Amino acid sequence: MAVLRPAGDFDRSYAQDMLLLRQPWQRWAMALIVLGVALIPLSGNAYLITTVNRIMYSIVAVQGLNVLTGMTGQISLGQAAFMLVGGYIVALTAQHWGMPIFVTLPLAAVGTGVVGLIFGLPSLRVKGFYLAMATLAAQFIIPWLSRHIYPEYLGGSSGRIAVPSPVIFGVTFNQVAQVFYISLTVLVITTILLVNIRRTKLGRSFIAVRDNDLAAEVLGVNPFGVKLRAFFVAAMLAGLAGGLKAISQRSVGTELAYGLNESILLLGMLVIGGLGHNLGPFLGVATIIFLEDLANLTGATMASLFPAHATNLLTSFRPLFFGLVLMLFLIFEPRGLAHRWEILKATWRMRPFSR
Amino acid sequence: MLRVEDVSLSFGGATVLNRVSFDVAPHEIFAIIGPNGAGKTSMLNCISAFYRPQQGRILFEGHDLVKTSTHQIARLGIARTFQNIALYTGLTTLENLMAARHIHIKESALASALYWGPAQREEIQHRRVVEEIMDFLEIAHIRKAVVGALPYGLRKRVELGRALALEPKLLLLDEPMAGMNIEEKEDMARFILDVHERRGVTIILIEHDMGLVMDISHRVLVLDFGSKIAEGSPDEVRNNPAVIRAYLGQT
Repeated sequence: MAVLRPAGDFDRSYAQDMLLLRQPWQRWAMALIVLGVALIPLSGNAYLITTVNRIMYSIVAVQGLNVLTGMTGQISLGQAAFMLVGGYIVALTAQHWGMPIFVTLPLAAVGTGVVGLIFGLPSLRVKGFYLAMATLAAQFIIPWLSRHIYPEYLGGSSGRIAVPSPVIFGVTFNQVAQVFYISLTVLVITTILLVNIRRTKLGRSFIAVRDNDLAAEVLGVNPFGVKLRAFFVAAMLAGLAGGLKAISQRSVGTELAYGLNESILLLGMLVIGGLGHNLGPFLGVATIIFLEDLANLTGATMASLFPAHATNLLTSFRPLFFGLVLMLFLIFEPRGLAHRWEILKATWRMRPFSR
Repeated sequence: MLRVEDVSLSFGGATVLNRVSFDVAPHEIFAIIGPNGAGKTSMLNCISAFYRPQQGRILFEGHDLVKTSTHQIARLGIARTFQNIALYTGLTTLENLMAARHIHIKESALASALYWGPAQREEIQHRRVVEEIMDFLEIAHIRKAVVGALPYGLRKRVELGRALALEPKLLLLDEPMAGMNIEEKEDMARFILDVHERRGVTIILIEHDMGLVMDISHRVLVLDFGSKIAEGSPDEVRNNPAVIRAYLGQT
């Protein structure tokens, strides 16, 4: 039922009731978490810095998928391809027009958003599984185009181009520890925007279309318009994520994991984190990326134990772990880690009467 | 207010509505009754532009609803509930009603995403409207409950609330009391009468409980196999031989 609160915790206005962080300590906790993450690059631990940076830009991509699949209920298998578009936009605008990152990243967002709109058009006619097939087209067309048109700009058969390091106020951001702060800033901004979208008109119409598109239509929501908006927002976030990935890796192209595998991985991250929940992308991405590293570690250990099968063992644990975890989640926790988190919160609130 | 002229609807050769005509006056409670499969819900679906009749016109304050796209219907001032509840199951009661404010909220998506001053003020202003409706329907205590988990009777009431949140001029209720016990039915009847009285909403109602229909409606339309067989005050309809034949059969 409704959210239980301790006795004496009242709201005096709707504004207060609508606050996201109700208690002062919640605001402090949030600030501390952001500060804690911001301190990571100071540790000098290369593994930690690279991994957390990767987690952050992956979260942005999965946030986009969360809008489209989690909130609006439109399955998309093209998120990685949209990341590729964003990466190329950031690379090309910086390389050829010398644009600063304050321009290239927003440009990547909007440009990718427009590409997303084009691939969202089939949603006018088709739903569910068939729409997934249509978005799959993006996943095949975009990487193919990047290899076959304008090879002098897009890298052609080499499958990658260099991305110039952004310069902000005279400082060149060519270390991952520096790019880390760009990713963190983008992540904080997208999170704030998405939380607000979720609780206002646009977010409610997304969920209305997901839960009952016929009822939504009778109640004045234009389902097609709403779906296109979802495709636009999802692609925008993919574009941002792709831009960040390109800057972090200092190159972009089909050689660097923008394939169907990656799109499915992003979708899997969202399912494990929790579809439609603001926290889902955070939990899902962090879980899967650490799991991948664990798989790589396991693979390396096994390879040293059985050198005869080393090449197979090194690569086999990553897909194996991912597949197994995704399957277990679909069976035992289909609503993802975010749902588990909600249960945990409710249990804590109702203590000592909860078990 | 609403004029249905000579409406015929068929699906692949099966005639669902056959040249049905009727008028609904402002501030009226108008009931549509008839045996199962008579075309009552199809009639409602034509009015809410779900179905496109092959023949005839449906005029609402001068607009031909047959030529209006479905999502424009709400903007004209028509709201409805569904026979099988069609709520947004993943949202709370409050959010369901707020979602129905969609056509009244003017703030742009960008302003809402930033949630700056005016956007927040607008949210609060609509929250007031919605809270009033929840108060009226006695569902304020479940405002933060996800509707998918609510019992049937409450969900029916939330759905009525969602329709009211549109602030419609014409309210279409498709079996608002189906599957309820007597107490719940009486509650619902009271809400419908209150809505009609306090908000001056015109109501078109489909219901199977004859006693209730005769008690609360001003005029009744009887359909049988897609054709209109009677129209008039509850008393006229009750004593109409065609209606008795359709409902009771004849020896």
